[in-house]
Amino acid sequence: MMAAAGPGLMTFITVFVLAAFVGYEVVSKVPSILHTPLMSGSNAIHGIILVGTMIVLGQAHGTAQLTLGFLAVVLATLNVVGGFVVTDRMLHMFRAKPADRKAAADAKASGDTAAKPEDGGAGAAS
Amino acid sequence: MSRATATDLVYLIAIVGFILALKGLSSPKRARLGNLVGASGMLVAVAWTFSLPEVYSHTRNLVLIIIAIAIGAVIGVPAARLVKMTAMPQMVAIFNGVGGGAAALVSVTEFIAAPHKSLAIYRIIEILFGVLVGSVSLAGSTIAFAKLQELMTGRPITYPAQQPINAAIGVAIVALLVVTVVTASTTVLVIVLVLSLALGAIFVLPIGGADTPVLISLLNAFTGLAVAASGFTLNSTLLIVAGTLVGASGTLLTRMMSQAMGRSLPNILFSAFGSVVTASGEGPDAEGRSVRAGTADDIGVLLAYARKVAIIPGYGLAVAQAQHTARELADALAARGVEVYYAIHPVAGRMPGHMNVLLAEANVPYDQLEEMDDANQDLDSTDVALVVGANDTVNPAAKNTPGSPIYGMPIINADRATNIVFLKRSMRPGFAGIDNELLYDPKTTMLFGDAKDSLSKLVAAVKAA
Repeated sequence: MMAAAGPGLMTFITVFVLAAFVGYEVVSKVPSILHTPLMSGSNAIHGIILVGTMIVLGQAHGTAQLTLGFLAVVLATLNVVGGFVVTDRMLHMFRAKPADRKAAADAKASGDTAAKPEDGGAGAAS
Repeated sequence: MSRATATDLVYLIAIVGFILALKGLSSPKRARLGNLVGASGMLVAVAWTFSLPEVYSHTRNLVLIIIAIAIGAVIGVPAARLVKMTAMPQMVAIFNGVGGGAAALVSVTEFIAAPHKSLAIYRIIEILFGVLVGSVSLAGSTIAFAKLQELMTGRPITYPAQQPINAAIGVAIVALLVVTVVTASTTVLVIVLVLSLALGAIFVLPIGGADTPVLISLLNAFTGLAVAASGFTLNSTLLIVAGTLVGASGTLLTRMMSQAMGRSLPNILFSAFGSVVTASGEGPDAEGRSVRAGTADDIGVLLAYARKVAIIPGYGLAVAQAQHTARELADALAARGVEVYYAIHPVAGRMPGHMNVLLAEANVPYDQLEEMDDANQDLDSTDVALVVGANDTVNPAAKNTPGSPIYGMPIINADRATNIVFLKRSMRPGFAGIDNELLYDPKTTMLFGDAKDSLSKLVAAVKAA
């Protein structure tokens, strides 16, 4: 059965599954204050599709393929440069006032207990 | 070392860079470094790709690649650099959307480029997955962008027979997927593409503006998976790993973000489909209670003669981009000797941590910002709690109503202040869709209208008082 699927497919599936676990584990503890930059940063990382679009356009023949491939490279480049630049700007703002960010990071809102008013955020987060 | 081995090795370095980037972005200290490591990995991978025969062997194609990258960079860098901090969420949305679009285009182009009927079934499935998920991400992100940029209303959009129509489109796509696998027809694939775009749009339309951060995070994970699908199509371990990393971490991040908002993901994605959630518990009926609406002049006097005022900013302030006007009001009050501080809920704004960034941009002095815990102690001795466009983050139901969807979410105790003033556009509930009993509290005065307009009027009223 696997042979019919072609050589390498099983390897790719293995890689896929392992990468899924790595991706899940590596961000398992993120303070809420970093949710937005992390989202933006991982947004930039899937810009790696640029490498795929380059290969596709590099081998494209005919108007349709060339047009689609060209568009794909433009979009992927936007994804890469936009993603990294926006993330860097966000993190720059964060560095400006570290004490401010730290406190907010501690005050993560998680709703597991009927938190008392006074200890609302920090109590629930720890 | 053969070229193929060298390529694998360089791409492996890029992959390690991406993993370290995600790791770094999870910690406040190393976040910026993490982003730089990720960008370096990307640069190395893209630079090396130019050395592949697939890329450089046709000169015309190589020139096109370089032109396309130049166009993308010329548009992308200034757009990302010049965008205002308030507009960051929609920029993330659109940069995510174009990534999904690129992944979908890769899949479509590979389909067209393949000799007809020669594709193995699993190849077609990979391509279809890339087209479907990439298109949903592109269309969904575009709608999210339009909502956040206020090109369209940020309210949930519902229409008659929404569920049957959505279900019909879903069924049609599934049927056409099967048809495409069997016939390998380009025409059918194009129809799938169009329907997937429609699906992405209608998936996002009923989701309210306040929930779009969680939505963007989910679409980000989708794009990751679409990229992984392209990786399968192109036999690229690099794309599979990077795409899957984003898909998996993005899924987890989406869950964490919805938890930080005290809501479940299905509730965010599908709550507008049903009728409005009426989980106000055993509280009295909304119609039976009266609301006191005040004028800007009355409230201006109240503020001007208070000793201590807490400004509690929320989503409405971000929507109205009223952070600068809020600061004007605080300055006007401070000039009269009133003590002013901002009480910041951790998830206030459009994204976790967003409010801090917005107020920092408006040059609000750092010592006026109080995190939730400190603010909650100060509110006992505060004369006026001025709630600007916030609702759920001050809803006492989170403490008092066990049946409420937000029960257990930490809130800012605006109810402890002597007087409460709500600046709100309407009596409409917040994004959790639940009634806020605080609006009917005898201590509460409402000032209806856009947060920025209301704040401007208050500034004038305070100066006149």
